[in-house]
Amino acid sequence: MQSPSTPLIQLTAITRHFTVGDETVSALRGLDLSIAQGEYIAIMGPSGSGKSTLLNVLGLLDRPDSGHYLLDGRDVTGLDDDALARARREKIGFVFQSFHLVPRLSARENIELPMVLAGIDPAERAERVELLLRDYGLTQRADHRPNQLSGGQCQRVAIARAMAMRPSLILADEPTGNLDRHTGQDVIALLEGLQAAGATLIIVTHDPELGGRAQRQLHMVDGEIVPEAA
Amino acid sequence: MRNADLLQYAARVVRGGVVRTALVLLAMGIGVAAVVLVSALGEGARRYVAEQFGALGTNLVIVLPGRSETAGAGPAIASGETTRDITLDDALALSRSLAVRRLAPLIVGLGAVRAAEGADARVREGPVLGSTSDFLAVRNMTLSQGVFLPDGDPHHAAQVCVIGGTIAAELFGTQPPLGRWLRIGDRRFRVIGVLAKQGTSLGLDTDELVIVPIAAAQALFNTEGLFRVLVEAKQRDQVPQAKADAEAIMQQRHEGERDVTVITQDAVLATFDRILGTLTLAIGGLAAISLAVAGILVMNVMLISVAQRRSEIGLLKALGATAAEIRRIFFSEAVLLALGGAAAGVAVGLLGQQVLVAAFPNIPFASPWWALVAAPLTAVVTAVVFTVMPARRAAKLDPVQALSRR
Repeated sequence: MQSPSTPLIQLTAITRHFTVGDETVSALRGLDLSIAQGEYIAIMGPSGSGKSTLLNVLGLLDRPDSGHYLLDGRDVTGLDDDALARARREKIGFVFQSFHLVPRLSARENIELPMVLAGIDPAERAERVELLLRDYGLTQRADHRPNQLSGGQCQRVAIARAMAMRPSLILADEPTGNLDRHTGQDVIALLEGLQAAGATLIIVTHDPELGGRAQRQLHMVDGEIVPEAA
Repeated sequence: MRNADLLQYAARVVRGGVVRTALVLLAMGIGVAAVVLVSALGEGARRYVAEQFGALGTNLVIVLPGRSETAGAGPAIASGETTRDITLDDALALSRSLAVRRLAPLIVGLGAVRAAEGADARVREGPVLGSTSDFLAVRNMTLSQGVFLPDGDPHHAAQVCVIGGTIAAELFGTQPPLGRWLRIGDRRFRVIGVLAKQGTSLGLDTDELVIVPIAAAQALFNTEGLFRVLVEAKQRDQVPQAKADAEAIMQQRHEGERDVTVITQDAVLATFDRILGTLTLAIGGLAAISLAVAGILVMNVMLISVAQRRSEIGLLKALGATAAEIRRIFFSEAVLLALGGAAAGVAVGLLGQQVLVAAFPNIPFASPWWALVAAPLTAVVTAVVFTVMPARRAAKLDPVQALSRR
């Protein structure tokens, strides 16, 4: 564990360009950002503002074109694909708008998947999956496939899966986007509970009410973080 | 990822896509079954020929009249005109060679055989063979009753014969054949022995054979010339010596003329073995082409699988799967499919082989071990090779793009 003074995430002058046709679009323009362990952050902004790109960079799914990214005090900018994959596996849990559950696997197996990929012993996996199923109220639904589950249940399975490897960072991309208001609130409560238990939670959303619940809001416009009320 | 988990994951995919799995299994199965069956045919032919030659005797050198430059099939036929007969004395002279254990001169002809007494004398047209007492040992034959042709001067035509089991039953019914007389043409022979059942050998069914002394056969068929002389060498390594001696002796007796052909059983067998072995390999290889076609189907199915599972692959990457792990997942799928297809193919092939054996019991159809190993191996290797491209494509997918596609 890092000392309290070291932030979990430290971005310095991060840039990311995309070439669309013969035009170069800057999704991130020299971003500086520091996030401490245990923070609750909402990234907000209109579509095309670069918030998804920022989330992908934070989640090690995308590489910045320049700048430095220190995760847990370690520079991850120069790591190769395999090292990035391992870092994702150990440190980061993803929650997606469209859940991204594997349709042929049961709820139990979907939750187990990150541990399977990590090569964790089956006995230990089973124990941890049972625990997660209980924590997320999914025990009755453990052997159902995603198409037999409601949207809220699907997102709970996805969150349980994100937590399977006990990550220190949870990245949620519009986690309530495909859910009705009531179910969305349940899911947010669940995520906030994880943050209260010590995890760092970063949510991308364009819902101001949802963003308002975070401790800190990052407003993005044209690839830059702007002060509030921009 | 642990290997057991990898297999289980792949098995879920394989079981999930019933139609595509069935298609690949079918294609792979047909390919493997074709290799197994076709090689069983070839191997059956090879073994059949080997058995036929093996039943002829051991360490045999065969002397035929006429000179043929080509080793192998039918020299007497190939040479066209017969130069000079091999006489009984020529044959007996061959025993001068120290490498020769024993020999049997041979005359073969067709004769009308009937029981000598009894009103309902049934006539049977069948092969009649003239030889000497050593014939039994040279040809590795056995008797079920009585004795074989007597020793003594081969020029003396004793009025005795040894007959096959079928002939005995047809001529004498259930009565004991020993001591009975039968008539071939205008000559009478007393039955002194019955051959044990030993099946066919080079087209001659021993059960339907009548064997008479060589001199009797010469008189019967009105010929001095022998059909061939079977010479048995003392040992396997003396076969070449026996062959050389036979050639030398015959040349000497025929005023320096090399007008006989001497072949060894081994040489003929080796030739047939080589030809039929190569043939089996060649047709097996042709059948294996169908496996390559199956491989292309595997590639197709895998490419579709990669395209359909883009978001799953993106997810696996987000969850921390490395490129190598993604590739292994796809290779596992391909290998599972190939193994399934190979198992089905081997099963169908062996079943087909049983059907062949049942239909043609004379020919020992059997897939050679190399086909049973090579066919499944080829299937697996083909599947792996044709999955390289799809697997690499999957492993190279950009997780951001793969996940954003809805």
